[in-house]
Amino acid sequence: MKQIMNLTEALNKRNKKTKLKLHNIYTPYLYLIPALIIIGTFVFYPLIRVIIYSFQSYNIFTEAQWVGTENYMKIFKDKNFYSALKNTILYFITVVPVLVIAPMFLAILVNQKLKGIKFFRAAYYLPVITSMVVAGIAWKWIYADSGLLNYFLVNVLHIMKEPISWLNSPSTALFSVMVVTIWKGLGYYMVIYLAGLQAIPEDIWEAAEIDGASGLKKHVTITVPMLAPSMAIVAVMSSMAAMKVFDEIFIMTSGGPYNSTKTVVFYLYEHAFENLNLGYASAVGVVLFLILLVFSLASIKLSERNA
Amino acid sequence: MDGLKIKTKEKVILYTLLIVMLILSVGPFLWLLSTSLKSPNENLFKFPPDLLPKEPTVDSWVTVIKTIPFFTYFKNSILVALIQVVVNVVFSALAAYPLARMKFRGKKLIFTGILSTMMIPFQVTMIPIFVLVSKLKITNSYVGVILPFAVTAFGIFLLRQAFLTIPVSIEEAAYIDGCNSFQIWYKVLLPLIKPSIATLAIFTFVNSWGDFLWPLLVLKDKTKYTLPLGIQDLQGTFATDWRLVAAGAVLSMIPIIVFFIATQRYFIEGATSGGVKE
Repeated sequence: MKQIMNLTEALNKRNKKTKLKLHNIYTPYLYLIPALIIIGTFVFYPLIRVIIYSFQSYNIFTEAQWVGTENYMKIFKDKNFYSALKNTILYFITVVPVLVIAPMFLAILVNQKLKGIKFFRAAYYLPVITSMVVAGIAWKWIYADSGLLNYFLVNVLHIMKEPISWLNSPSTALFSVMVVTIWKGLGYYMVIYLAGLQAIPEDIWEAAEIDGASGLKKHVTITVPMLAPSMAIVAVMSSMAAMKVFDEIFIMTSGGPYNSTKTVVFYLYEHAFENLNLGYASAVGVVLFLILLVFSLASIKLSERNA
Repeated sequence: MDGLKIKTKEKVILYTLLIVMLILSVGPFLWLLSTSLKSPNENLFKFPPDLLPKEPTVDSWVTVIKTIPFFTYFKNSILVALIQVVVNVVFSALAAYPLARMKFRGKKLIFTGILSTMMIPFQVTMIPIFVLVSKLKITNSYVGVILPFAVTAFGIFLLRQAFLTIPVSIEEAAYIDGCNSFQIWYKVLLPLIKPSIATLAIFTFVNSWGDFLWPLLVLKDKTKYTLPLGIQDLQGTFATDWRLVAAGAVLSMIPIIVFFIATQRYFIEGATSGGVKE
């Protein structure tokens, strides 16, 4: 008996030794070097740089000059910035709730055991894998004067008398672009909810059915609360995406008509790459970063409290 | 899985919902396809529009392929996406290995640092990145397109999670057999996390394939354009003929759809390992 114990002890000691000997102290860093260089060069360094630029007057061709807080002063005096901020906030408060709720029901729908359900799942994912350029072109053509949407509203449903230029009128353009963002995001968030659904043990539903809950009631009372963690993730991801929206706007409206679809990132892009006002645009970037930072910290706090 | 027995009446409702959603998600593409197949004799701007082409023809597809360097864009897109996938997988797998399997000074700090980059959106830092890329003289090149995204926190996180699930005893056995740490990584651990590598590869591929803003800023030569840039450019070239724009858009979708059908099962795994199941 004692011998066996000695043996185990010896083996344990040997194990500890091998663990230590598996690598020398520099090895871990060697594996990390490529990633750290890239992340350092293309994330952390630019973050410091953008803060420095934001206090400078700088275009790529001349030397940068310190201007103190002038860029920030200008931003907060520019009514175009406020209009861009307003559009971003509008985007946010419209798109995020839809993208938190709709994909959840879509996930519940495609989680049913039905024939051909895999086909539907894949089809709903199609907009996600398509590039925004193609999606933008497809929707431009739907929104056209002689497009499908007008056809549907005027000739099929008889809701409107005349076709509308959805993307060319300031009152409908922003909303029309939002629809594309939602349409392209539905499948993505559906899959996240689907993953959450599949982590819920099946016997919970069985128990609910024995207790007499069925159909919609079962989902509202049982499934939805159990999906709270997924919901938090979707809320954070869709919020970040809404605050950063650019591609669909660039492709579909270029910020028009009359700035009605210009968002903060679009405003930043124009000042940086069309006016080459890099200092000013950097200050816009810093403001955007601060908004996002406050925002993501708040949502992390919120989801921690809920979890 | 949901539902034990689904009644016929419920089935009808469910299928109706499924089909409505199907029309909403695939409809825009079908409308684009229909437009691209319409012949020049048909008036595209008449109202109400014809849902289906009267005399379907692939003339517009042929015209697009003949007038714009479609296959060059296609080749460029594939090249950029493939290199992007390879560098992301290699660098993420290298970095994830010590973060999951080794003890060392500063590990927590490094890992937190990497994760925190998820809160720094590209749109905020793109100006200095652009200036840097210009100073390094890698604008108008694929190096400039690829390098800033050669590794991401998402990739490192995903593969670290995968490495964590492998029992330490496997590593120890390999060590006793005489493997050094690199051989353990390459010969023992990498084959065991193949599903996660596939997920990362697919996500990287799809992202790179659809990427728009950054290639637009970096690439100046039209011969270097990727498909999204080429298709966007098409809108200017053929502003008057929507048949051709639609044909270009439809053509550019074919490769990614084929890719998606082939790799479909990994998409849901990616979403699961990406966060929820942490």
